[in-house]
Amino acid sequence: MSVITLSVNGKDVAIPEGGSLLEATRAAGVEIPLLCHLDGLEPVGACRLCLVEVEGSNRLMPACTTAASEGMAIHTHTHQLLDYRRMAVELFFAEGNHICAFCVANGNCELQNVAVQVGMDHSRFPYQYPQRVVDASHPLFAIDHNRCILCTRCVRVCDEIEGAHVWDVGSRGSHCHIVAGLDQPWGEVDACTNCGKCVDVCPTGAIFHKEDTTAEKLRHSDRPALLKAARDEHVWRNQ
Amino acid sequence: MTRTVVIDPVTRIEGHAKITLHLDAAGHLIDTRFHVVEYRGFEKFCEGRPFTEMAGITARICGICPVSHLLCAAKTGDKLLAVEIPPAADKLRRLLNLAQLTQSHALSFFHLSSPDFLLGWESDPAKRNVFGLMAADPNLARAGIRLRQFGQQILELLGGRKIHAAWAVPGGVRTPLSVEARDWILDRLPEAKATITLALGLYKTLLDGPLRKEQRVFGDFPSLFMGLVTPDGSWEHIDGMLRFRAPDGTIVADGLSEDDYASFLGEAVEPWSYLKFPYYKPLGYPDGIYRVGPLARLNVCDSIGTPWADRELEELRDRSGRVATSSFAYHHARLVEIVACLEAIEQLVNDPECRKSRVRSRASLNRNEAVGVSEAPRGTLFHHYQVNDDGLLTRVNLIIATGQNNLAMNKTVHQIAREYIPDPVPAGTEIPEAMLNRVEAGIRCFDPCLSCSTHAAGQMPLHLQLLAADGQILAERRR
Repeated sequence: MSVITLSVNGKDVAIPEGGSLLEATRAAGVEIPLLCHLDGLEPVGACRLCLVEVEGSNRLMPACTTAASEGMAIHTHTHQLLDYRRMAVELFFAEGNHICAFCVANGNCELQNVAVQVGMDHSRFPYQYPQRVVDASHPLFAIDHNRCILCTRCVRVCDEIEGAHVWDVGSRGSHCHIVAGLDQPWGEVDACTNCGKCVDVCPTGAIFHKEDTTAEKLRHSDRPALLKAARDEHVWRNQ
Repeated sequence: MTRTVVIDPVTRIEGHAKITLHLDAAGHLIDTRFHVVEYRGFEKFCEGRPFTEMAGITARICGICPVSHLLCAAKTGDKLLAVEIPPAADKLRRLLNLAQLTQSHALSFFHLSSPDFLLGWESDPAKRNVFGLMAADPNLARAGIRLRQFGQQILELLGGRKIHAAWAVPGGVRTPLSVEARDWILDRLPEAKATITLALGLYKTLLDGPLRKEQRVFGDFPSLFMGLVTPDGSWEHIDGMLRFRAPDGTIVADGLSEDDYASFLGEAVEPWSYLKFPYYKPLGYPDGIYRVGPLARLNVCDSIGTPWADRELEELRDRSGRVATSSFAYHHARLVEIVACLEAIEQLVNDPECRKSRVRSRASLNRNEAVGVSEAPRGTLFHHYQVNDDGLLTRVNLIIATGQNNLAMNKTVHQIAREYIPDPVPAGTEIPEAMLNRVEAGIRCFDPCLSCSTHAAGQMPLHLQLLAADGQILAERRR
């Protein structure tokens, strides 16, 4: 396997050829905030939190979807990037209806964690208070669109790991939302296998077990990587 | 020309209110109104949410007694699931409510009301508070604060936090009582008992002396009283059946189920207050005035069921009558209830059932409508939910204790104003602050939680206005 070398914040690292900038930052021991990315799922670059500066380029690049190349020099924590990341998180909060106080994921929410990580103490953008609904038609699970940040982890895990492809993205702009089946109530989608992987990977309290009450949701976001390793490499890491 | 006195804001209560005193052209008091001026709309914005969230959502109505909403929502959730909760969960919920009653009553007595009794109605308003009490009687203030802490700490030991612990859930509770928690409670119980002994002794001395008049004029009028009782008629705070007792001691209605609340309780509205006016339906509005809360609970029950509390209850009845009709007796009733709570807490923490691990029954939705009830520190609390087949709320009705005392609070303010305001009020007369404080204190007897009762937010200042017949503000005082 050939190896490429590049620098992250001035530190030289070597990663296998074909690796992403995210892998390079990890090799350098640098942590950058992530929301849509999940190991084991194909990266999509939806949340824009992992944007990095690449010397020689006048635009910011998402670390999760940008392939690393020989000799690249990237910067992960410039003032501009820190400000943009905080701004992106503020926009997540302003765009949905995120009421942590009684949320099933309170205290165990990746959006909360990221807000703390980027130092967000308030939103500089006006809250939009969109009118969104809860779909609790499924016998076991429910999706609260108020808490959805459109990371599409549910779409990808259902398609790539479970192979059911229950979820997709519908509409555009501020009306963009996750749809079940052909934009049906979740409980009416025959393709759903009730596996609960979408619940496991949802970074917020958007998809949850119906019996969960405030702060009771447990995340299992490591499961896609475990399942992928088991399937591709026949390694059961959690045993 | 008629005039109106306005007390705005009312202080040392939870929430935001104002009082208006309406005078006729000759300066005679013709009407008083206790206005609750805040609105939050919980009943409306809960619609569309999963019923499993209601314990978490409604607990946020209030930071003083979130446990009451938590328990009532969990109980309503039990009924929607159509499950029986494990015996351990039932006892642990009781323990939680007893701790809540203790801390809230301690707050009402020591922090909010005792400055009036101990420092005097005419004392400097800037010092007539818990800080003034600390300066005047540091040992009593410390003991009162630690009694409240005792209750608060039990809430934390059970639920993981003092305020807004989402520990009670539909089907039961999340965790049993730990050995460490039991030991802490048992360790601190003697101090809590000593504090309430001190407070009761002090309060009875005051009743026999400087507070003699207040017992007569602070809302002493006939009304019904409502509260939960056990099947054998004893004091109850979380389960049981509802009972109405008349001031002459007659039991007007007994064995009522919360499921039928709409058949015996109505909710009237007035254009000048966000707080509704619940009334006993068979007597109509406003004749169906009734009171709830600590005094009502002690009036409706036959006995408490623990020895020390029953002795104190007998003494209260000796002093104030079998059915105490003076709203000032709420203060005494709170102290007696703290005794009852401490005795019941001691019994529960020594009960091995509270340490059993099976504390939650699990089920999915089995009903579309349910009513839950519990006794909050300030009185009976109802939660009524209707849900669709997916478990999303389609209608919510919350009847809060303070709302049920609304008619009585208005009547109390009127009685105090009649007693302490000169009749007629000469034009241009300034109304003394101490008199205004007594009007406020009438409200404080009920320890109202206006943020709960209107499902409303905000500080709790007081605004008092003196209004002329044509609505002109003649005198005004704000704090």
